[in-house]
Amino acid sequence: MSHARLSPRQYLILGLVSLCAPLGDTCLSRGMTGLPEITLAHPFTLIAAVFTPWIAAGIALLICFFASYLTALSWADLTFVLPATAFGNVIVALLARFWLHEPISLERWAGIVLITVGVGLVAQGPSLTERPVAHAPSLAETADMGKEQA
Amino acid sequence: MTIPYPAPQPGFWAATAMIAAIILASTAGEVLTAAAMKSVGDLDEIRSRSGLKGAIRAVLTCPLFFAGVSFLALAFFALLFALNHLNLSLVAPASASLTLVTNAIAGKIFLKENVDRRRWTSAVLVCIGVYFLAH
Repeated sequence: MSHARLSPRQYLILGLVSLCAPLGDTCLSRGMTGLPEITLAHPFTLIAAVFTPWIAAGIALLICFFASYLTALSWADLTFVLPATAFGNVIVALLARFWLHEPISLERWAGIVLITVGVGLVAQGPSLTERPVAHAPSLAETADMGKEQA
Repeated sequence: MTIPYPAPQPGFWAATAMIAAIILASTAGEVLTAAAMKSVGDLDEIRSRSGLKGAIRAVLTCPLFFAGVSFLALAFFALLFALNHLNLSLVAPASASLTLVTNAIAGKIFLKENVDRRRWTSAVLVCIGVYFLAH
């Protein structure tokens, strides 16, 4: 498999890493704020919280994030995956602006631009560091060696 | 009867130590997890060869993976501890953005990744961007 350029499937995995983490955190936050205060005196309320729809969705999204993240790390460098998947922050900020109609300050717009440029830069380069491969004899060389031994 | 009062904010060095603990644990966790996944091999190929169960078995039988996850859990608890003493508006952007730079350094030193000028620039741009966005 060539690692210089990513396949559409690999871009899909990076997209899942970018989206699932912030969306999962958002679901957990939404679910936890909707619950009554949880204290150490009643720890079982925390277990019951896991089965509420928002928190269950958040946990499912975070499991999806971790599986996609591990898959991405198996074929790409850590220093490629981390900046490339930071684009999820931008998507969440844009969703907050255009879907939830939350105001975005000039500082946050500057953050969006910087992350977009950074992700664009790293995505242009190779995803995996090329390692020197030990020289393996080709079929022709193996045949020649066999003739010499004979 | 005692009157509740807001807890005093920790000093500069205590705050720095808390954020540094998050960054160090997080970086160690990311680097160990990345090393584990490189030693396991391409998960897409393993899954096409041995199915999903084979891929899960390959990950769960790698000791480095558990070392990485342990450090990531430690980073999570360090974050909770810091949030108990410091403001979210300081802890979240500082730890999220600085981790990108420490990971680039650790990736170059420990994983021998080719962190060229393009990746350095990208890490620094994303680091500043995340700080602005999360602040």
